[in-house]
Amino acid sequence: MATPTPEAAQAQLDTQLREIIQWHFSPETGCPFWLNWAAKAGWDPRTEIHTSADLIKFPHFQDEWLRDLQPEVWVPKAYAGRPFNIFETGGTTGMPKQRIGWEDYKTDYSEFSEKISDEHFPRNHFWLMMGPTGPRRLRLAIEHLANVRGSACYFIDLDPRWVKKLITNKQFDQAKAYMDHVVDQAATILKHRKVSGLFTTPKLLEALAERVDIWDAGIRGVFCGGTTMLPQYVRFIVEEVLENRIGFYPTYGNTLMGLAASVPLTPADQYSITYYAPQPRAILRVVEPENTQKTVEYDAWGRVELTTLTREFFMPRFLERDEAIRRKPRAQYAWDGVAEVRPFGAMQKTIVEGVY
Amino acid sequence: MSDLSTLPHLPALRRGKPYESLEKNEVLDHGSGKAVAVVSQVNAGILKKDLQRIGEGRAALRKFTVAQLVEISAKAGDLFLSGTLPLGDRGHMQSADDYVRTLSGTSGLPHVMVRRNMTKIHYALTHVGTVLNGLSRGLPMEVIDRGYGEQSGAAVSYYPTTQALGLVMPSNSPAVNSLWLPAIALKTPVIIKPGREEPWTPFRLIQAFIAAGAPPEAFGFYPTDHEGSGEIMRLCGRALIFGDANTVAQYRDNPKFSVHGPGFSKILIGDDKIENWPEYIDLMVSSIAENGGRSCVNASAVVVPKYAREIAQALSAKLGPVLPLGPADEGARLSGFANPKMADHIDAAIDEGLKTPGAQDVTALHREGGRKMLFEGGTYLRPTIIQCDSFEHPLSNREFMCPYASVVEVPQNEMLGKIGSSLVVTAITEDPAFTAELLDSPLIERLNLGPITTMKISWDQPHEGNMFEFLYRRRSIERA
Repeated sequence: MATPTPEAAQAQLDTQLREIIQWHFSPETGCPFWLNWAAKAGWDPRTEIHTSADLIKFPHFQDEWLRDLQPEVWVPKAYAGRPFNIFETGGTTGMPKQRIGWEDYKTDYSEFSEKISDEHFPRNHFWLMMGPTGPRRLRLAIEHLANVRGSACYFIDLDPRWVKKLITNKQFDQAKAYMDHVVDQAATILKHRKVSGLFTTPKLLEALAERVDIWDAGIRGVFCGGTTMLPQYVRFIVEEVLENRIGFYPTYGNTLMGLAASVPLTPADQYSITYYAPQPRAILRVVEPENTQKTVEYDAWGRVELTTLTREFFMPRFLERDEAIRRKPRAQYAWDGVAEVRPFGAMQKTIVEGVY
Repeated sequence: MSDLSTLPHLPALRRGKPYESLEKNEVLDHGSGKAVAVVSQVNAGILKKDLQRIGEGRAALRKFTVAQLVEISAKAGDLFLSGTLPLGDRGHMQSADDYVRTLSGTSGLPHVMVRRNMTKIHYALTHVGTVLNGLSRGLPMEVIDRGYGEQSGAAVSYYPTTQALGLVMPSNSPAVNSLWLPAIALKTPVIIKPGREEPWTPFRLIQAFIAAGAPPEAFGFYPTDHEGSGEIMRLCGRALIFGDANTVAQYRDNPKFSVHGPGFSKILIGDDKIENWPEYIDLMVSSIAENGGRSCVNASAVVVPKYAREIAQALSAKLGPVLPLGPADEGARLSGFANPKMADHIDAAIDEGLKTPGAQDVTALHREGGRKMLFEGGTYLRPTIIQCDSFEHPLSNREFMCPYASVVEVPQNEMLGKIGSSLVVTAITEDPAFTAELLDSPLIERLNLGPITTMKISWDQPHEGNMFEFLYRRRSIERA
């Protein structure tokens, strides 16, 4: 795929931005939440937002809005009456954040399908997802990804909220038993069914590889997401778990943004993975934690801020609980990337990540 | 700032093979804060992966007889003490003097103490045969080579309890490494997680063993995190655990683990000898303060039937004025803290204890300034003698990583009921009844009868677990 020029990519992003702003802030198409917000804000984004640089006029999107408000406030008027999916975010406890959607996940994962090779994920074959299913977008997304490649997918659920609770309560034996229970089921599927593509989390992948020889079991490609993967850990996965012969596709993303794919690793990367947002539908910025209007320099650490720009969902400047290194554009992406993502403040405190 | 790429790099050793990780920790000089080396850090998964193949390490050792490995150990001892050995994988070499300076710089131990620790390790390595003889009660070591044989006319057979010995090492005193040394002669590979501030001693010991002819596959050197340490303890069939009282309590009753926690070592004086107490002051001082007060065999309590006040005063008069000296000073008696937070924590814990009525920091009367002090950029804790009214006081039975002891007055007939578990007890008495009580006590691991420093250990007698019995178990055997 040819890489657009940075100018072309920026123009495409600004066009998308203006269209999405128009959509969400127009009474004929917009959703109740943003229409009410604009009425109170005292300014009209349709006349003031022209380029992505203008997005800083919006305050940070508050995740409480996704917890406290009923999901229908996010339904664009143009979609009124169409049933929607309700997706929830990962491992949080208490009232989860919820995002509604219709087709976005299909768009994201159809696009992602073009970035994975047939060698690693043969078409018209079988997939296994071992990870958080339940109310998560990922569950339908992975099945859609398999389907667009002519494949079908087996599922093994892992409830990250339960794991988080066990670890917080220091019930490590229980957490281990639960992980074993999940891995047992995957090992059973691999023993009795033909599977070539695997989606899972790095920790579960490691645990599965301790149990079965995943190459001999038929796995040729692994698509991973959901957690911190520092370079040494990535190297361990590539060299020792996948033994340099199974394709590895790390991704970054969540229910709110979608899926940021990584560029293939080169020796010069030293196993540092860089992810690129699915622009123009989403933007990832790495910002100064104390002055979030400002982007950090290239190759410097900062907090991850994400913006979602689709007709189904507009979410400006959401501050993720992650920090990352800002990276330069790289083929096939003409925009900034984020690298070595880890929980925000990881250097200062211990963060429960569980089996992710 | 040092250029990290030119500093020595200590790789992980995976079955003896160097492995450079993309994640490295710096080891810092405790005074200047400058990095003096970088150490590759590995994740728990690497340990799990390697431990699946630990049988290779054992197979490599099995090609030798115990006698050959005893010889290799002795040679390794000489190399450790005075040889020049590889320091990492960037071509750096380390002489014995380099080792002393580097370890002193990062651990805060003065040179004189590092050398004393080296001598202990050297002794242990050059006397492995004697040690094994003591630990196995004279078992001919051919029995270990063949798996069976005869001892005192009886058929005997021993089998290994584990494929590897796991070690999660502390950073506080290099001599603790002497505990694992007999494992090599006993054909047991070691999987070592070095202390964060003290990778030097295990790395140098491994290099000495390899240079002496031991198979590299028998050595695992894995600087790792908490999860990795957990895997070492979980996956090695046998492991040594070092830590505070809470940590070791979790493992104490599990036969897979040999626990090495605080020693709570003590000096007891009987009614028959107490009038001569001034004669024993120097013995008490050395038992409390030798090796910077960092060993589990350092006395942390002096228990007497009377004269507690006078003894506390006399000890304080000797120890109170002791000040930190430069690391190369032969007279240095205090050790700096590689992690100054630990000194803060200890200082605060003693002050907190003093808030409970019934205790006095007697050394405070004999020193100027506080207990904690900064010297040439390093953090030190000065000796502390606390006179406690009873063993119920929270400071009466504590152990800290500095010269620290309580002095407690307890009637002789109540002493054994009060002192609790003690790694070493030096009992200064000739009273036959009291001696018999001491010999019967299950609370004492090593008993010194008479004026013997608590620091004295006998390599051929176990004072904290028997490594031979830990690594081998006897079975019944019959051959047709």
